[in-house]
Amino acid sequence: MISRRDFLQAGLATSALWGLSATGNWGRLAAQQSLTQDGLIGAPRAGDVTVVHVTDIHAQTQPIWFREPSINLGVGQVEGKPPHITGPEFRAAYGIEQGSALDYALTYQDFVALGREYGRMGGLDRIATVVRAIRDQAPGAILLDGGDTWQGSLPSLRTNGGDMVRLFNALGVEAMTSHWEFTLGIDRVTEIVENELGCPFLGANIFDAMWDEPAYEPMTRFERNGTQVAVIGQAFPYLPIANPSWMFPDLSFGVRAERMAEVVEEARAGGAEVVVVLSHNGFDVDRKLAAEVPGIDVILTGHTHDALPEPVRVGDTHLIASGSHGKFVSRVDLDVADGRVGEVRHRLIPIFADVIAPDPEMAALVSETRAPFADEMAEVIGQTDSLLYRRGNFNGTWDDLICQALLTERDAEIALSPGFRWGASVMPGQDITREDIFNATAMSYPAAYRTEMTGDMLKIVLEDVADNLFNPDPYYQQGGDMVRVGGLGYRIDIAAEQGSRLSDLTMLSTGEPIDPSRSYVIAGWASVNEGTEGPPIWDVVESHIRNQGTVSVPENTTVALKAG
Amino acid sequence: MNLSRRRTLALGAAAAIFLPRIGWADATTDAIAEFTGGADLTEGGALKLTAPEIAENGNTVPIEVDAPGAEAILILATGNPNPDVGTFHFGPLSGAQMASTRIRLAGTQDVVAVAKMADGTFQRASQEVKVTIGGCGG
Repeated sequence: MISRRDFLQAGLATSALWGLSATGNWGRLAAQQSLTQDGLIGAPRAGDVTVVHVTDIHAQTQPIWFREPSINLGVGQVEGKPPHITGPEFRAAYGIEQGSALDYALTYQDFVALGREYGRMGGLDRIATVVRAIRDQAPGAILLDGGDTWQGSLPSLRTNGGDMVRLFNALGVEAMTSHWEFTLGIDRVTEIVENELGCPFLGANIFDAMWDEPAYEPMTRFERNGTQVAVIGQAFPYLPIANPSWMFPDLSFGVRAERMAEVVEEARAGGAEVVVVLSHNGFDVDRKLAAEVPGIDVILTGHTHDALPEPVRVGDTHLIASGSHGKFVSRVDLDVADGRVGEVRHRLIPIFADVIAPDPEMAALVSETRAPFADEMAEVIGQTDSLLYRRGNFNGTWDDLICQALLTERDAEIALSPGFRWGASVMPGQDITREDIFNATAMSYPAAYRTEMTGDMLKIVLEDVADNLFNPDPYYQQGGDMVRVGGLGYRIDIAAEQGSRLSDLTMLSTGEPIDPSRSYVIAGWASVNEGTEGPPIWDVVESHIRNQGTVSVPENTTVALKAG
Repeated sequence: MNLSRRRTLALGAAAAIFLPRIGWADATTDAIAEFTGGADLTEGGALKLTAPEIAENGNTVPIEVDAPGAEAILILATGNPNPDVGTFHFGPLSGAQMASTRIRLAGTQDVVAVAKMADGTFQRASQEVKVTIGGCGG
């Protein structure tokens, strides 16, 4: 495994510059000179099998800003282990120079300043360039998509995922798995899978709820350079809990580790020399699965949006984390001899949009899918003084803004915003367009509800979500982050038992403790319950931003993390 | 998080189990003692209990027990007001000592299976099944 050396080429180039710079604030030109398209893509020795992985793009076809989290806590055995490290710890773990291109791409510190130097990341036309370059180097490279592809932008919402299906077909994806795809509703998913999708739609863990029988193909096989490869799909295990089950009432999911073991055995018995799991489990779930299920060579992880410059190894299994929103593409090269995987080479390719040239064909196709909505998306709604970002275990400025919008526009005492990890960032001083708002809110159950809840019930809800995030057993975690709150403060001890993690729940407007028996007016959005009523969240947020003109989101200090 | 009445009721039940759990644990202990006649239990044998880690619907949770060579398998939902779910008996002509069913769980709790083997020994397996109000995926 020589991934570190491969990966650090870009980092070393910039760290040399860092040494020459008194302030560490070199110009954009210098930054771009140190980064080249060829340098980013690299030219590792092609394996007998080459796999290319993108995941969790959330319908982002354009280069974007995306700030990584400052808080991404791990519990139990994974405390302090990748991907549960941020900022300085992350840099130290991978030998990344502060202020370097990789620091900007992978951590959160000085995000605004570094972003102005290094520019946006991602863009499907740039990704197409990278995929093409890899396929030139390694003909037959297998391109796999980990899901969360058809949701997350205005065009994808309006076309019910049709734009992304078309674009990913053009990109040449050869298999995918799923999560948010199912929030288009089962009828639309079936329509896409049967009529529009150019690749297998895999899910070994998707079962018919009534008969408990497999509902989708578990795996697909490839032969490359005489080597047999099996790719097994694993959809997000907790779809019917984390998302509205009424949209796909006849399906059951779950981790189903025993089912995975069976499918791996079936793949091996069928002659597979390489077994790849294309997973939407989330990183910690995959780490546990890798320890429990023998015979998996590579797990291409997804869902938790982690980007790691090196594989995490569990026994003989390599776990790859390829980030989200099109910021990264992973390339994995496997040498195979005597029916077994030997050396594994991995490269996390950061998609710096100002460095990698757009692929003209993909650029044209992306423009075509956006054209019907271009005017609507471009409308400026307001400006922001603050960086708007989403990632973090407890809050992010985007959700703080959404909670403020819910409190004022829906006249509520407390606001709740789900702990989604998708949504592009907006830089301070930038216009907020309608496209920006949809990038943080576009989904199929957007109703901004208004309801009443007792203080007691509110605490139960928050405790329940906290356990879904901080349960020490990964199989009991759902991924995502803590539900964001507005108008409310609390303390949390993530290591405590379920039901006693939260304390000191406080109404911020009065400074008074939350009364368990009193009823509070709550506004929120993205309820998983059928028949939820209210205006779509993007209208609420748009109205709030218009009223504000320029939004300013102060640092959020309302959630206190209890030490130890 | 716009809670329907049904979900709200389910939550009430979930919240209520924290306190009386000890009492129900006794009911579980009693039921096991009655089944085994007080014999020792071994874990990690041939008995396999399969259940979801997180229930997709607490009102109908699919579980499966499989214990090659068993004469009977007792299933208990330790957190339900009445933990007794049922006992499967396997005659000498049974092709497999395996059964699956769906059970209702009042809240997050351990599901326990105890198998009586042909040689008169007993095996135990358990798994926690979380009943959650759900929330917000990545």
